[in-house]
Amino acid sequence: MDVFSDPRNIDATVSGFLWILKLTGASAVLALVLGVILAAMRVSPIPVLRLFGAAWVNIFRNTPLTLIIFFCYFGLYSTLGLSLSEDLNLNIYWLGVIGLSTYTAAFVCEAVRSGINTVPAGQAEAARAIGLTFAQTLRIIVLPQAGRAVVAPLGSILIALCKNSTIVGTIGLMESSSVMKDLINSYGNAGILIFAVFAGVFALLLIPTGYLFGWLANRLAVRR
Amino acid sequence: MTERSQAGELSGTDRPLIRLDGVNKWFGPLHVLQDVNLSVNRGEVVVVIGPSGSGKSTLCRTINRLEPINSGTITFDGQPLPAEGRALARLRSEVGMVFQSFNLFAHKTILENVTLGPIKVRKEKPESARQRALALLDRVGIASQANKFPAQLSGGQQQRAAIARALAMQPKAMLFDEPTSALDPEMVGEVLEVMTSLAADGMTMVVVTHEMGFARHAANRVIFMADGQLVEDAPPAEFFANPRSERAKDFLSKVLTH
Ligand SMILES: Nc1ncnc2c1ncn2[C@@H]1O[C@H](COP(=O)(O)OP(=O)(O)OP(=O)(O)O)[C@@H](O)[C@H]1O
Ligand SMILES: [Mg+2]
Repeated sequence: MDVFSDPRNIDATVSGFLWILKLTGASAVLALVLGVILAAMRVSPIPVLRLFGAAWVNIFRNTPLTLIIFFCYFGLYSTLGLSLSEDLNLNIYWLGVIGLSTYTAAFVCEAVRSGINTVPAGQAEAARAIGLTFAQTLRIIVLPQAGRAVVAPLGSILIALCKNSTIVGTIGLMESSSVMKDLINSYGNAGILIFAVFAGVFALLLIPTGYLFGWLANRLAVRR
Repeated sequence: MTERSQAGELSGTDRPLIRLDGVNKWFGPLHVLQDVNLSVNRGEVVVVIGPSGSGKSTLCRTINRLEPINSGTITFDGQPLPAEGRALARLRSEVGMVFQSFNLFAHKTILENVTLGPIKVRKEKPESARQRALALLDRVGIASQANKFPAQLSGGQQQRAAIARALAMQPKAMLFDEPTSALDPEMVGEVLEVMTSLAADGMTMVVVTHEMGFARHAANRVIFMADGQLVEDAPPAEFFANPRSERAKDFLSKVLTH
């Protein structure tokens, strides 16, 4: 029987990609929130916060993601006993989300920070001069103008995150690449087809994402 | 020092609004403000002139603590400048500042630029902030530009909008750092006109400028700065007629010839 005419294989494939979407979705939200907070820390006037932000970026940006994911499983879960769900799969899922968002937040932070640096210093000065607080200045004046410069790199980070989420397969989640490996093991002669289908689905998901972010970046442009 | 001992007894409107005492500021090894003493009374218009790099901008920016100082004290309306946080933000809201490069918020309309402070800092109702903003834009002569973005306005219009934005906070004093230096010559007049009318209305102003005409006609005092020091402090007529220091004479001979 053909690989993709067996409904069980279709189900496994769909479920694999659903895990990828769920990993990407949750990690993207967490990484975005965390990344913006870290960027705010890095530009804040408080030295301790700046140090914390810089440390986070330097540690997690320079550690292979595989190591971080392994640490989440073997360190946080096996050794420290951090269990995030009764359900085995959900536990691995959430451990994966922690690892992915910790790692991705470092990149989001740098994208946001370099976006902030494209906003002329005079904008923040004028904001402080009328009495806005640091947080208000960032939220109302600087970040909205950093938008264009931040959105395009954020798109790339999101795409990388989506692909990176296959790494959670290494700690036992049946996400797409693990499903693919199983299928290739069972249907050796259809290997190329299986590769093509999985790669095709990723392309189908990610190419529009890239265009969407390009379009958003142009819409958010600020005239000077 | 008699002035200092009196300061405690003076109260309300008699005491200086802005007062710098022994202020020093370094940028690394560079001593940009050297033991600066200055007091500005309510309603007074003080023009600061001096060669490039003498510390005029820095002086101006220390008054609302956009630049922190290394030693000395600055008091505004009787209170020492707060070091940070909300108290500092509140102080800044009482001191209007106008920059050489306008610095209007590029992603907001002119009207939004003017209403932002009143709404976000003073928690004023949007409608009343809008009414006041429109009146201020009218006063500076750009009411018809209210819904445009800064990039759509000429330099002179942008600077007048920036003045309206500062005025919307109902500041006790206004700081101007070379407000006309980035403008094409034909737009200098319209901005100076607004500033002159503010001065006539009794606004306390510290103005860094190279516009000697404005200094002569609108200032109560002219301060000449050189190398981080206040070298002269005199009424304009006296200063321009006979500057005492060599440096001021030299400076004036250069700026007044062209
Ligand atoms: N942020 C800074 N870091 C280091 N040095 C600075 C900084 N800002 C100003 N300076 C230096 O301090 C000195 C005084 O600068 P300031 O801008 O106050 O001069 P100014 O009188 O306003 O000059 P200009 O007429 O050119 O505007 C200059 O030598 C300048 O190079
Ligand atoms: Mg200057």
